[in-house]
Order: sequence, then C-alpha cells, then structure tokens
Amino acid sequence: MGVKVGVLALQGDVAEHSAAFREVLAERPGSSVASVRHVEDLADLDALAIPGGESTTISRLIEKNGLYESLVGFEGGIFATCAGMVLSADRVDDARVRPLSLIPMHVARNAFGRQVDSREAMLEVAGLAEPFRAVFIRAPVAMDVDPQVQVLARIPEGIVAVRHGRHMAFAFHPELGGDLRLHRMFLEGLGV
Amino acid sequence: MKLEELRFGTELIKRGFASMQKGGVIMDVVNAEQAQLAEEAGAVAVMALERVPADIRAAGGVARMADPQKIVEIIDAVSIPVMGKARIGHFVEAQILEALGVDMVDESEVLTPADEQFHIDKTGFGVPFVCGARNLGEALRRINEGAAMIRTKGEAGTGNVVEAVRHMRAIMGGIRALSGLSSQELVDCARDIEAPVELVIECAKRGRLPVVNFSAGGIATPADAALMMQLGADGVFVGSGIFKSANPEAMARAIVEAVNHYDDAKVIAEVSKGLGEAMKGLDVHLLREDEVLQTRGR
Repeated sequence: MGVKVGVLALQGDVAEHSAAFREVLAERPGSSVASVRHVEDLADLDALAIPGGESTTISRLIEKNGLYESLVGFEGGIFATCAGMVLSADRVDDARVRPLSLIPMHVARNAFGRQVDSREAMLEVAGLAEPFRAVFIRAPVAMDVDPQVQVLARIPEGIVAVRHGRHMAFAFHPELGGDLRLHRMFLEGLGV
Repeated sequence: MKLEELRFGTELIKRGFASMQKGGVIMDVVNAEQAQLAEEAGAVAVMALERVPADIRAAGGVARMADPQKIVEIIDAVSIPVMGKARIGHFVEAQILEALGVDMVDESEVLTPADEQFHIDKTGFGVPFVCGARNLGEALRRINEGAAMIRTKGEAGTGNVVEAVRHMRAIMGGIRALSGLSSQELVDCARDIEAPVELVIECAKRGRLPVVNFSAGGIATPADAALMMQLGADGVFVGSGIFKSANPEAMARAIVEAVNHYDDAKVIAEVSKGLGEAMKGLDVHLLREDEVLQTRGR
C-alpha cells in the first residue's frame, strides 16, 4: 500500500530528503512525497521528515508559519535528522529553539564543535547487520533519553540514533550518501 | 564506532554543510552585536567582516582578511555557523581562518586579490569553501578547485541587484543550454566555457550545479531576495543591504521571510511594509573599471 510522506520545507536539505524518500518509495505504488510549509499540507500524511539545517532558523519559521501546534499534534511517524533531531526533542540546551516534544530526550546542539570537526564514521546501528556510514555535520547529540526511548546508536559524545514508537531521530544524515537502510527500517515501523 | 574509520573534511561533509544552508539567508556582520541580531532574525549563518562591502568600496586601498580577534569575537557571540573572507589566491589567509574555527571560507573578490593567476587549491583544506562566479564556466572551475558552494558574484556593496540577476541567469541559462546536447557536443561546450568536461556532463545530467548555488552581490530588499530565489538561487547572501538600511533588524527579519516565502507575493508584500529606507545604492554603469569587483578572479 502507498505511503504519503511529507518533508518540512522551511529551510535546510529538503531536496535531499525528498529524493531519498522518492527512491525508497519507488517500489510502493500509490506513494507520494510532498513539501510541507503550511498547516493544511500536514493532512493525511503517514510520515513527516524534519530535515537538517539550522535549528534556530527552522524553529523561528515554524512559529512564523503557525505550524507549531500542528507539528506537536502530528499523528504520523517522524523521520528527523540533525536539526530535525534537535527540534523533535522535548529538552534542548538552547533557549533559541522551541522543541516540538515529539521524543522525550535531552539534546545538545553543535556537540562536536566547529565545521572542521564534522566527520564521517562507520557506525553500529541496532537492527542493521552491517555498519552505517554516518555523516555528522555540526551535529547534535542526545545527552539522555527517557526509558521508553530505544537507543539505536551511540558514540563517545552521546546518543546519535533513537527510535520512539513510529518516530526515528538521527544526529547524522541518512539522506546523504545513498544508503537507504534506515529509511526502510522507518517505513517498516510505520505499519502502513 | 571504529576510531580508525573516522574521516574529516571529505567532499560529502563539505558539500553537505552547504546543503544545510539551503533556503537560508547569510548575513554580513562586523561585530558581536550585529551577529546576534542576525541570529535572532533567523540567519542560517553570518559572514564575519571588518567592514561591509559598501564601506570597503568607500575606504579604498588594499582590502584584506579581517582581524582574527574580530572573527573570534563573532564566533563566540553566536551558535549558527560563521564564515570568513580570504583574498583570492591567499591560501595563508584561508589557513588562518580555518585555524580560527570558521565554518566556511569565502574566497572573495570583495577583497583585493593576492594572486592574479591561481585561486586557492581548496581540495587540501578540511574547511569548506564558497566562491563567486559570473557564469557556468567560472562556477565549474571553482568547483574543480574544490569549492563546496557557489554564489553569484553580482556587484558587492552597490545595493543594486542587476549584476546578481545577470550572473544567476547566465549560470541557470548555461545549464539549460546543455540539455539535449550529445556527448560530443558537451565536450565541445566544455572547451568553449573552459570547464572540466566531467563537471559539464554532471551538470547536463542533473540539470543543476553539483553543489549548492546561492546569490550574492547587490541584494538590498525582501523583493530582491525573492527575485533571486525565483531565478533559481538556493539561498542568498546579504552584505551591506541589512546594516546599511534604516532599520537593520526589521530588514533582516523581512528578508528571511521573503526567502522562505519567495513564491508567495502576498507574504512578500506584507513583510516589505514600513521597513524604512533600503541602502542607498550605486548605478553599476557609473563605476570606473578599477571599481568593479566582479571581474576579479575568472
């Protein structure tokens, strides 16, 4: 059966998220990928990707576009990367970001330092047979998560991949680099 | 995680950084206070400078990299990425900016070029670079040197969008002109525009540049910013346009919203109300040849 995925299109790597979901959904007829900028764009979606970008900018635009309450109440699955992970948390170390409280966890922005400290790493992820080449770009980490949140991957700096019901959040960018195993894991978890 | 598997400064990381800036506004700032104002207004990054381009133009003389102390002051003031400008070909200024921890280096024609033959070899750096371009050939030469992001040059410090429009049309039109060409014709075209053939083929295949393409050089109003977005820019740099306007805070917020809603004239109309004077601006046709910045570094 087809899956309707939206990508929050306020700022960041929206096109990369759309392209990755289009590719992974190509084998499911009736599926669609659409941009979300207004409240009405959220209707009937099975899932919403919250992309990477600047979390302070995206947070501000969520407020400006009147999307905050609708995102907090979104009933589909959330696929959040980098800035998206910051926004989907319920606690953030920075008052400039108003998080959406979709996943009970405490997230720190820019946990790695400057851009030159951004890195690629082979990461063991729970549920994947082989390691995942994870791209961290000025990435956040979760410092702690509530017990009901499943930790999928962790590095010395902190937790970098989590699952909470139908939601998944990553400090790195599964939408870059062409490996779509985490997208498939997410779609299976949606139960659509 | 296996530590020996860690990799820094790869093409994917550098171009990925630029992708995270898409749909955003990058603002020129000259001190911590302006940087904080830009961040509050919703900028995705700031460009740390000693002077905005309009003042560089007015000051004359040799324009160099900003004082490292100024850059550190700005880095410490905000949580969004901070960029810094190095002179064209001045790889030591770029090394210094990297050592200071800037998140991206702009090899910029706004500063006085240090090398009239070579640009910086950007492949050797861990920090990503953005470079200016006036047409497809320039853009692809910069990408070939390792630029992770391109911006149209426009004519910085003029508050006049005409050159930014010219350059964006040249790049987008140059890419559109590739579609339908045979592989033989693409090789011929690459020779014509003096660009590496593999990059020309990649543009033809993707219908766009292989890296993020922003607009810069003359954007002074929300309407200018939306114009550049509708012409195909992935985002905009605003230099003098914000802090040379009557109300920088209102102008900064309005430009951020205009970029977000670039195809919605009602929103752009709303945010454009009551902003006060935009920067005064210059007629680019009245500039003397030695006052034109865009011809630096081809």
